[in-house]
Amino acid sequence: MSLVSDKDKLMIESTGFDVENIRKDFPILHQKVNGKPLVYFDNGATSQKPQTVIDAISNYYSSYNANIHRGVHHLSQIATSAYEEAREEVRSYLNASKKEEIVFTKGTTEGINLVAHSWGRANLKAGDEVVISAMEHHANIVPWQMVCEATGAILKVIPIDNKGELILSDAEKLITEKTKILSVMHVSNALGSINPIEDLICLAKKVNALTLIDGAQAVPHFMVDVQSLDCDFYVFSAHKLLGPTGVGVLYGKLELLEAMPPWQGGGDMIKEVTFAKTTYADVPLKFEAGTPNIEGCIVMAEAIRYWRALDHDAIDKYEQALLSYAKEKLSEIDGMIFYGTAEKKVPVISFLLEGLHPYDVGFILDKHGVAVRTGHHCAQPIMDFYGIPGTIRASFSFYNTFAEIDQMIDALHLAKRMLS
Amino acid sequence: MSIAAKEAEIIEEFSMFDEWTSKYEYLIDLGRSLPLIDEQLKNEDHLIKGCQSQVWLDASLEEGKVRFKGDSDAQIPKGIVSLLVHVMSDESPEEIVNTELTFIDKIGLKEHLSPTRANGLVAMVKQMKLYALAFQHK
Repeated sequence: MSLVSDKDKLMIESTGFDVENIRKDFPILHQKVNGKPLVYFDNGATSQKPQTVIDAISNYYSSYNANIHRGVHHLSQIATSAYEEAREEVRSYLNASKKEEIVFTKGTTEGINLVAHSWGRANLKAGDEVVISAMEHHANIVPWQMVCEATGAILKVIPIDNKGELILSDAEKLITEKTKILSVMHVSNALGSINPIEDLICLAKKVNALTLIDGAQAVPHFMVDVQSLDCDFYVFSAHKLLGPTGVGVLYGKLELLEAMPPWQGGGDMIKEVTFAKTTYADVPLKFEAGTPNIEGCIVMAEAIRYWRALDHDAIDKYEQALLSYAKEKLSEIDGMIFYGTAEKKVPVISFLLEGLHPYDVGFILDKHGVAVRTGHHCAQPIMDFYGIPGTIRASFSFYNTFAEIDQMIDALHLAKRMLS
Repeated sequence: MSIAAKEAEIIEEFSMFDEWTSKYEYLIDLGRSLPLIDEQLKNEDHLIKGCQSQVWLDASLEEGKVRFKGDSDAQIPKGIVSLLVHVMSDESPEEIVNTELTFIDKIGLKEHLSPTRANGLVAMVKQMKLYALAFQHK
């Protein structure tokens, strides 16, 4: 079963991106749902995994599963090397300058919480300001609210305009000498907007504020270079980047990580423990208390290797072509309302059909084999901004096709017929 | 008519559909005949928690029988509310409290029960029983 149309074949020729071949790497895509070929457009929630990633999980448990950093035995040494090689892979992928700047986490949410609770509680005081944006995911709102509550710091929010773009002139006014940290998303999960984080980082630097960039929705679409961005912290989750769930990365500049107190205590994060006093391990282990997700970290590195080997220029052209094709086809449907029409976007489309509830539409799409996300996308403030309870979000990946977009359009016509 | 008899009737009606589209079109139609809750009662007190769509439910006791009214801002949940309201209304509180509904499973609406649908339907049935329980002890 192949969801590749003539249009896809033409695109393969014009972009040089062979989606038909790529799809062979993703076994899950080749199945039927409710009697229709599966169309997976919920990549913003989590990506599917290539065979090499699936094999790496099995290989870890069949060949070298052991606890790391403590055993002198053979398996423990292999597992420890693989775990530390994974850190090196991530370093090189993000172009961080040192391996110690890569902290393994449970994911984006934990990365933000780590900075908020470790750096935030140690450094923020009453009257200091933390700046976020109006389009943040709850994961980049709630930890800061908690820390502001505890320290008396104040949360400031950069507003967005109707297109779903941050208003830079307001950001300039909000980022002041009082700002201690700016924490914003690289790409919006609900709208797909790519934020001008270079400009924001520059504004923060002028006032000596730190910067944390939530890269959860950026890393699945383009390469990120933390040295060229010159941000202080960068976080992402493996599962949105072809890897396993429950694992992710916090990049932090070494001198900052070294100065930060540990957040969680336990094994692996200590140098010496007596009942009188404990001394902590050096970074990054200081932040990796307990047995980590060893398999997850190793498999994440495999996903990153797969991703890095792809042609990113071709992927970019291909994904943008998918986005404009979907926009064009969707706008032909009566009553179509788009949310988030930023100039620079990843291939994510949020929309509503006038008068129809996203739950009903999402349900009928599912019956037609099409997986989309409906609801508030964990970004309720953005939904409040537009005055809606939620949207239907189709988020594409490089393994999606034009034929799949056609199948979604057919399903939307069916939904309109059934619900009108 | 007893709850069981009404359930049997619904199962019979739904057995006629071979296609999911006609089944859901029928369900959506049923939603249009739901006895609607008063607009002013569409508040936090009458909202069923745990639904992706908004579902409101109200009940009254008239001559020993419970009468339900409801509404939803989405059409498929509204159709389901309509089925539940039809089955559970005009019954005594005891009967509602003690009944174990089987028709939802038998007419293939079980997917609305799954955790991914935020348990909306389960919460609705539970709320109906809570209303009946309150009337029982009045």
